[in-house]
Amino acid sequence: MSADTAVMTAAKPEKRSEARELWRQFSRHKGAVAGMVIFIAIVLVVAFGPFVYRVDATKTNVRARNLPPSVEHPFGTDNLGRDLLAQNLVGGRISLSVGLAAMIISVVVGTIVGQLAGYYRRLDGVLMRVTDMFLALPILPLLLVAVLLFRDSLRVYIGPQAGVFILIVVIIGVTSWMNTARVVRGEVLALKEREFVAAADALGARDGRVLATHILPNIMSPILVSASLGMASAIITESALSFLGLGFPPDVPTWGRLLFDGRDYLGITPMRVVWPGMFISLVVLSINFMGDGIRDALDPKLRGRV
Amino acid sequence: MTQFLVRRIAVAIPTLLVISFIIFAVLDLAPGDPTSNLPLTISAETRASIRASLGLDDPFVLKYLKWLRQFMVYEPLALFQGATGIDLTPNSDPPRILSWQTRSPVYDLIAQRLPQTLWVVGLAYLFGVLLAIPVGVYSAYRHYSWFDQVGSFVSMLGFSVPTFFTGLLAIIIFSVQLKWLPSIYDTTLVVKDWPSFVQQVRQMIMPVTVLAFFNASQLSRFMRSSMLDNLGQDYARTARSKGLQERKVVWGHVLRNSLIPMVTLIALGIPGIFTGAIITEQIFRVNGLGDLLIRGIYVSDIPMVQSISFIFAVLIVVFNIIADVLYGLLDPRIRYD
Repeated sequence: MSADTAVMTAAKPEKRSEARELWRQFSRHKGAVAGMVIFIAIVLVVAFGPFVYRVDATKTNVRARNLPPSVEHPFGTDNLGRDLLAQNLVGGRISLSVGLAAMIISVVVGTIVGQLAGYYRRLDGVLMRVTDMFLALPILPLLLVAVLLFRDSLRVYIGPQAGVFILIVVIIGVTSWMNTARVVRGEVLALKEREFVAAADALGARDGRVLATHILPNIMSPILVSASLGMASAIITESALSFLGLGFPPDVPTWGRLLFDGRDYLGITPMRVVWPGMFISLVVLSINFMGDGIRDALDPKLRGRV
Repeated sequence: MTQFLVRRIAVAIPTLLVISFIIFAVLDLAPGDPTSNLPLTISAETRASIRASLGLDDPFVLKYLKWLRQFMVYEPLALFQGATGIDLTPNSDPPRILSWQTRSPVYDLIAQRLPQTLWVVGLAYLFGVLLAIPVGVYSAYRHYSWFDQVGSFVSMLGFSVPTFFTGLLAIIIFSVQLKWLPSIYDTTLVVKDWPSFVQQVRQMIMPVTVLAFFNASQLSRFMRSSMLDNLGQDYARTARSKGLQERKVVWGHVLRNSLIPMVTLIALGIPGIFTGAIITEQIFRVNGLGDLLIRGIYVSDIPMVQSISFIFAVLIVVFNIIADVLYGLLDPRIRYD
């Protein structure tokens, strides 16, 4: 008991200072901090904006079509007189949720595949073949086809918005886990030879427990990096699908969909594509800067430098 | 080396077979019916016979095997015949993969569209590479200088901002506001004299620039970090300490070694030229391969989509092997045993 507490008290501050050290490194990276501020700001605006700016995004008004930005309509209006600020706020909620949900699926799948491949020699060959095969799949054409294929049936069963949301999230998640799996596998291969894993093994811990409580916490950082990059690419993929007209249906404004709808009005209301494009770009840019910051903070070669 | 190559190809073939099966299966499940766009006056019997003539009622496995045979045997034969004029099967006329939209061979359509994609998207890739290497080298050499700081920021910007936004922005600025460049790629333009050549160049400027900027941003980051890795290596210090000119150290030693991973990355990116074309061609309305694919998807022209998707998969697998082989050829430390 006393030995236990001694170990715990010795381990705890050590662990905390590790996290603090990472934060210290991260906060020195100006781009990463700026990215974090911008990202949090956009998330807050999108999450709480519709409560403050109470304009119905779907309300059409033929008398106020294609207006440039004004006091009444800060972002202007579209060809049906719908308010663009309200649409962008609602669209942001959907785009960010798609990015988040798809990223979670891809990270969970990637982590499980990577851990199994790294830990069990028997599974390694098979799983890595599967990973290679997924990497060779022409993802964009298949995504487009999959959307076309399942959109209507899911629409009928779950409803237009939820159906397409689930479809897009799942297909983006299922086709983007490969990089996480490769990174995790490499880390697990190195970690499983270490003494603490052998010790846990010798104490009779089951494989699942070793993987979940001993190995997983030690590979959180690379997972975090690939999660951030995964979210950025999921947001871009969703926008690309919508931009090709094969994402969300026209009545659901996502940032990509707003871009797609606005591109036929470049001559009349150019700001219509600038707003959603700016949001997508800022979000992706800030996420990528944060990813850079985390990676630099984790790289021991860069520690101690400015 | 030969043994490695044989083994890689031996692995690639089952991979491609599995991929071809997935592509075929996914598309075969598609609800789209090629007769659904025909006029309603056509009777049910005629519809059924059209479906039968397209081979839609065959069992799934039979359809897959037929398609595979067409793709692997008949199409290469037709390609060979088209290129050399020698007919290897004079007695029979093997059925080719026909597009459901036009009833003409899919490969003829692809051959019509390929040049546009290669010119616009391929040229953008080439320019991207040519821009990325010097920028990456100079950024790494003057690490933390203002050039490096600005370059890193711009490249981060370049690969974070999606091309479908930069493309639209470019159209707004240069076509709508300034009216310098055409916003739509004129696909009927035939280059025959100087004015039409100028027009062709003018309509290529925007798509090529937008895409080249995107490619250069990605590649210059890799070039910079590869160069940084090598600048800190012992051999670079040795070369300097024995009194070699700085120019020779950088150009002769460090750059050559840094280019090794770049060459493989560039090779790996080439299939991306074609898949990336899907989006770029939609922005500027270029009638290339990506446009053909998108149109095929819209009207559920299954043979077309299957063929183009599978060609993309073949390109990815082939360039993966090429990248591995190049790596071995360029870096003597890597041995394939």
